[in-house]
Amino acid sequence: MDTSRLEKISDYSWRLPRAGRMRVPGVIYADEALLEAMDDKVLEQVRNVAALPGIVGASYAMPDAHWGYGFPIGGVAAFDAARGGVVSAGGVGFDISCGVRTLLTGLTRADVEPLKSELAGALCRAIPAGLGSTGPLRLCDDEMDDMLRRGARWAVDAGFGIRADLERIEEQGCIAGADPATVSEHAKRRQRDEVGTLGSGNHYAEVQEVAEVYDAEAAAAFGLAPGAVVLSIHCGSRGLGHQIGTDYLKRMVGAASQYGIDLPDRELACAPIESAVGQDYLGAMRAGINCALANRQVITHLARQAIADVFPDAELRLLYDVSHNTCKVEEHAVDGRRLALHVHRKGATRALGPGHPALPPALRAVGQPVLIGGSMGTASYILAGSATSEGASFASACHGAGRTMSRTQATKKWQGREVVRALESEGILIRSPSMRGVAEEAPGAYKDVSAVVAASERAGLARRVARLRPLVCIKG
Amino acid sequence: MSTVAWWEHFHHVADVGVRGIGATCAEAFVQAALALTAVVADPAAVRLEQAVAIEAEGEDEQALLLAWLDAIIYEMAVRHMLFGHFDLEIRGNRAIGRAWGEKVDAARHEPAVEIKAATYAELGVGQRPDGAWVAQCVVDV
Repeated sequence: MDTSRLEKISDYSWRLPRAGRMRVPGVIYADEALLEAMDDKVLEQVRNVAALPGIVGASYAMPDAHWGYGFPIGGVAAFDAARGGVVSAGGVGFDISCGVRTLLTGLTRADVEPLKSELAGALCRAIPAGLGSTGPLRLCDDEMDDMLRRGARWAVDAGFGIRADLERIEEQGCIAGADPATVSEHAKRRQRDEVGTLGSGNHYAEVQEVAEVYDAEAAAAFGLAPGAVVLSIHCGSRGLGHQIGTDYLKRMVGAASQYGIDLPDRELACAPIESAVGQDYLGAMRAGINCALANRQVITHLARQAIADVFPDAELRLLYDVSHNTCKVEEHAVDGRRLALHVHRKGATRALGPGHPALPPALRAVGQPVLIGGSMGTASYILAGSATSEGASFASACHGAGRTMSRTQATKKWQGREVVRALESEGILIRSPSMRGVAEEAPGAYKDVSAVVAASERAGLARRVARLRPLVCIKG
Repeated sequence: MSTVAWWEHFHHVADVGVRGIGATCAEAFVQAALALTAVVADPAAVRLEQAVAIEAEGEDEQALLLAWLDAIIYEMAVRHMLFGHFDLEIRGNRAIGRAWGEKVDAARHEPAVEIKAATYAELGVGQRPDGAWVAQCVVDV
């Protein structure tokens, strides 16, 4: 990235001063090496987002930022409806509420190691993964609408999981204001047999060992200790979310022109929050969030059954569930005033600091668990929201590693079977329906997640609690 | 003027760019659709067992390309199919075509990745100086 126009605030934060049509400055959180490795497009996209109507504070990029659609992946921006603020389909993206949940298994590495292959087989059989796979459910129209209104609560009521799961999910498993009537029949049709499926690409279910603890007090509150085994699930709102994104991006390109919003990039498609299109999108996008929460809940149930086949006494408790691609109404301080803002996080994780009232009592003193997925075969991290994240980034942090190499480049460089063998020699079992998919997701095609996480901590977004090492990865 | 139609993928770090080239706009759209299939699996490995009607509408050529690709992505998703051959006629602002293919066979096709949507990123439809039509965009995977 050409850094000549950036002002250094600290070793881990950089300001793009207001210029031209920008309404607010841009702020990028990264160390110098991450910043220099970022694509120039990130800066252009941070600048474009800063020019959208009603944006407040700054247009932010997280340490894992990379070239996205309209917004950078790793972009955070908040809009005030009272100042003509907008909601943007591009600012949420096509995989609405894609996210990560981590479950505590109560098992240790010593328990799992002798039965690792059986465990990989059981999870692989239980969790539908990859293109063309279908889930355990076929929803009729009323059930679909109920799922879209009630999210993970619907799933628990339908027998997928337990009540205690709900308090460990953002919005207690159900975001209010979802309106199934604003979701197209095409979107619902795409979801009909996809509830409880993992999807493909960078989505996975992974058995991980706690390899290192950085903050013993927070780790204890989260139920993590060295050698403890957890299960993490990374997936989103499946076909329904993809179709909502497609439908509303088109509608919002038209709406933006109708409302006189000049879009430097059509992927920034947006509409005033108070407009009919804006409200319709919010209703549909919230249905997409509930769909993702229900999906991860159903997969959790399937994973519990699979693990019980191998470890009958294991009890899986949900640590937390975070979403990466959302627009949520949250209260934040701007220029000394508390305002209800529409906070867009595109490839960024909410990271509430200690004491936040939205956190469940058992986690409140420590801060929100921020679950950071690494690439296949590399470390993942569990962080906790920092007290300073609220002022730094509307309480947001990074979400993952981010690619450094395209899929085409990766398949030229690696072969899937070689990647699987190399990881197996390190004690990591990969199960995937597609060897080409494995090659495309080779660990070397991603940034170093450890550098991203360290920069997030030093920038005051979230602090490190534990590092996780993969043992088994089910890849879509 | 180019007489041979072909498709290619172009670089995008997180996703994939699909590009079709042909003697006519419709031919470029057909090639872009084959490039779309190739994101998932080898189009030549898809058996042409079943035809599906694909119709799309857009206010200009770019919008029509997006609508055409999105319509194909939708049919791939809901039918769990891959398509290895397309035909297409463009009438004004409408694309009327058919896609031939088969149900996804995970063992035989080893589908690499699912396509979420066609995007406005790097979206373009136009004629090169040699007269060949080019139709392209980045797809989110």
